[in-house]
Amino acid sequence: MDWEIVIGIETHVQLSTRAKIFSDASTAFGAAANTQASVIDMALPGTLPVLNKGAVERAIRFGLATGGTINRRSIFARKNYFYPDLPKGYQISQYEVPIVQGGSLAIHLKDGEKIVRLTRAHLEEDAGKSLHEDYHGLSGIDLNRAGTPLLEVVSEPDMRSADEAVAYAKTLHALVRWTDICDGNMQEGSFRCDANVSVRRPGAPLGTRREIKNLNSFRFLQQAIAYEAKWQIETLAEGGRIRQATVLFDAETGETRAMRSKEEAHDYRYFPDPDLLPLEVGEAWIEKVRGALPELPEAKQTRYQHEHGLTSYEAGLLTQSREFAEFYESLVAALGGGHKLAASWMLGEFSAALHRAGVDVSRSRVSNERAAGLLRRIEDKTISRRSASDVFDAMWDGTLEADAIIATRGLKQISDSGELERICDDVIAANPQQVADYKGGKGKAFNSLVGQVMKASGGKANPAQVNEILKKKLG
Amino acid sequence: MFEMSVAEMGRALTAGDVSAVDLARLFLERIENHRDLNAFLDVRPEITLAQARAADARIAKGETTPLTGVPIAHKDIFVTRDYRSTASSRMLEGYMSPFDATVVERLADAGMVALGKLNCDEFAMGSSNENSHYGNVLNPWDKSAVPGGSSGGSAAAVAARITPAATATDTGGSIREPAAFSGVTGIKPTYGRASRWGMIAFASSLDQAGIMTRSAEDAALIFNAMLGFDAKDSTSVERAPEDYTRSLGLDPRGLRIGVPREFFGEGLQSDVEKAVREALAEYVRLGAILVDISLPNAALGIPVYYVIAPAECSSNLSRFDGVRYGHRAVSYSDLIDMMKKSRSEGFGPEPKRRILIGTYVLSHGYYDAYYLQAQKVRRIIADEFQRAFRECDLIAGPVTTSVAFGFGEKAADPVAMYLSDLYTIPGSLAGIPGMSVPCGFGAKNRPVGLQLMANYFDEARLLGAAHRYQQATDWHKRMPPLAQNQR
Repeated sequence: MDWEIVIGIETHVQLSTRAKIFSDASTAFGAAANTQASVIDMALPGTLPVLNKGAVERAIRFGLATGGTINRRSIFARKNYFYPDLPKGYQISQYEVPIVQGGSLAIHLKDGEKIVRLTRAHLEEDAGKSLHEDYHGLSGIDLNRAGTPLLEVVSEPDMRSADEAVAYAKTLHALVRWTDICDGNMQEGSFRCDANVSVRRPGAPLGTRREIKNLNSFRFLQQAIAYEAKWQIETLAEGGRIRQATVLFDAETGETRAMRSKEEAHDYRYFPDPDLLPLEVGEAWIEKVRGALPELPEAKQTRYQHEHGLTSYEAGLLTQSREFAEFYESLVAALGGGHKLAASWMLGEFSAALHRAGVDVSRSRVSNERAAGLLRRIEDKTISRRSASDVFDAMWDGTLEADAIIATRGLKQISDSGELERICDDVIAANPQQVADYKGGKGKAFNSLVGQVMKASGGKANPAQVNEILKKKLG
Repeated sequence: MFEMSVAEMGRALTAGDVSAVDLARLFLERIENHRDLNAFLDVRPEITLAQARAADARIAKGETTPLTGVPIAHKDIFVTRDYRSTASSRMLEGYMSPFDATVVERLADAGMVALGKLNCDEFAMGSSNENSHYGNVLNPWDKSAVPGGSSGGSAAAVAARITPAATATDTGGSIREPAAFSGVTGIKPTYGRASRWGMIAFASSLDQAGIMTRSAEDAALIFNAMLGFDAKDSTSVERAPEDYTRSLGLDPRGLRIGVPREFFGEGLQSDVEKAVREALAEYVRLGAILVDISLPNAALGIPVYYVIAPAECSSNLSRFDGVRYGHRAVSYSDLIDMMKKSRSEGFGPEPKRRILIGTYVLSHGYYDAYYLQAQKVRRIIADEFQRAFRECDLIAGPVTTSVAFGFGEKAADPVAMYLSDLYTIPGSLAGIPGMSVPCGFGAKNRPVGLQLMANYFDEARLLGAAHRYQQATDWHKRMPPLAQNQR
């Protein structure tokens, strides 16, 4: 009998504001412990929170980008619990009325597109960090992270496999980076997922869920959900029951385990924070944010397909990040067209080079201007695609422009048909067997002859021209 | 010289008749001579004298305000760089703040010279100052009586003339009730007028800083320097600065004074009623008109207050966990145990009682019945005041049901203690300004206060009306015998 896996995801997106959500301390990562904790972050007596408008602005941007409703009035609440790295003894969060409600995200899967509905997105502050390792018998508290602005994005339980969950997380990750609301750095904890997983028989009501906390890589997300779903199915199949629980994923063993019930038995005693007035967001503010919103990936994909003649696959890959799409658009602008060429080159050699170097487009060693110089020579047939690949490698390793490399290496294609004909004659004369095979109907033999001509020309021959001449000579 | 008002001192300083250092020395000496009152928790003469010398230098350069060189003392709910900030709790014993409260900073900017920090009820929770970890404050009129609370140190110090003025805070009556018990003038402004930055929080939606002085005129002068928008407090109200002395010349003729009949019902002691009625008669003689008004749900203020204030307090006091500052238990088994023991040892019985009540009313399953319901009734009470202010300009009545009670009389019965704030809590819940003006003496020759309340942002008229009364009477000039000694 089949089982259906049901997954909903809560993501903590760290907002890219310079200062914290309720204080002016810096949010920069990696500073010495407690050097970025103001009197507010340390919750000294007499301190009060003042909301950072930049965090609100980013939340609005997210709401607009996902088609959610921006609540004109939302409320900050206190979530009360004691923990040594929670300085105030409560976390300021939004509870009953979040800033963003609804919205959705389209995710691309092997068998097409799927819409994942979003429940809400709310603003809150992060807690500090407890450090247990370096202190024997003691705990260290680092409050640099306390008060860091977070947008918690909650999805509906719309995903049905670990792959879908990962596709959702990747799409969300790309979107928050695209809209500049988060740096997306998962190692530094800027993007963390909690996965709510349950299983059921298709058509049955939702099963009891368990929440896997704090997954900070797509691989862990995949592994944790796969393990958890398998465990739940096995447990049920053996006649067991699933109890609602918070579970942790152990990256070492690839397993999930439930936290002790003591660790999660909380009554948070939410109530509206009397130190903060309700957050009012006016129409004018929303419109201003809307006006400054960049063109979103989906809109670009549609445009690339309909106006540039690209495939949906190419359009999807080109919009993997805003910087990548902008690189593509700058090439197209410099070439005055050449959409197919720019796309295939970027998704081919260029992506391969970035991958080899382990960098993203913003740190490419070949700038968009230099790349345009190369593509221009492919487009006007000065060099072949094969030579172009060598030229690109030289450009990547050095500082010369495409034209200089072509000139010094003599890579300009042979366009003198007299010389090409002579080379073709030599190749035909030297390969009677292949000529015979070709004439005997073996098409492959022809490709071998073309290859030999290309080789003899030092790659400078135009393959189309070689084809033409050989066909003519071989009748 | 010590009996001069703030206004008089300011004029004498500017005229060069007295120096700030002279005044500082005088009051430091009086503080020392009245240590038995236990009004002050921290006094540092070297700091006071340095500020006084700086004030004299400002005056010499002509850079003076009406307050430059005038001494003031601060309730130990305001954090200060120069003095320990303890909230009268063991939890914050010896705590030094790295910054000054906005109120403290603004008064210092105006040139006022700080004399030190004043005793109060622990975390401003109490009506008799008996909840201070650092001991009772005595009422200068009668050392067997409480001075009121929670700003008991502020009230006693002003009454004993060991400071011309003192900052104070009011959550449910903590300025007005001790002002009444100790026979001084005390005013809390509209919620949002005074910055709460640097005020150790008790109940954030109610806490408001105010001032205790010997006259309404002095309070107006100090409000000019003390109040106003502060970007560091999100609940601070953004309004143009105003001159709170502008209505001191108010013409009381035709002034409509609302007298809520609920404030003269059962429980009000006859000595207090008599003094208050005489004060109302004085207003009538000055040309004011008394209007009979009703605040039918005002009595619900007490239960509403004792849901909302503890709820907020239970959360506000969570930060005192022994982790970063304040009291930490000496021995404990783990982190959670450390926090538990530190809190058990650091808090006195009243904060503990309110933390328990607050935790209970916010708990799952009780929140709607208690907290939400209390918020609804709070709105009803606020609306009742708005209806009343359509018929009158000010509201007047008693501050308390009785004159100051003796030590221990109510300490064993928290509910009786809570009822001390019957007449002050409704105004606190509404967030309107209110004050206590000395209006006579009751049983055992203990002072009685007249409560005056005004609508939002109408402090100038409130102060004006109080000033006219103080021009016609001399209750505010009466001094407890122990204060009359020149030193």
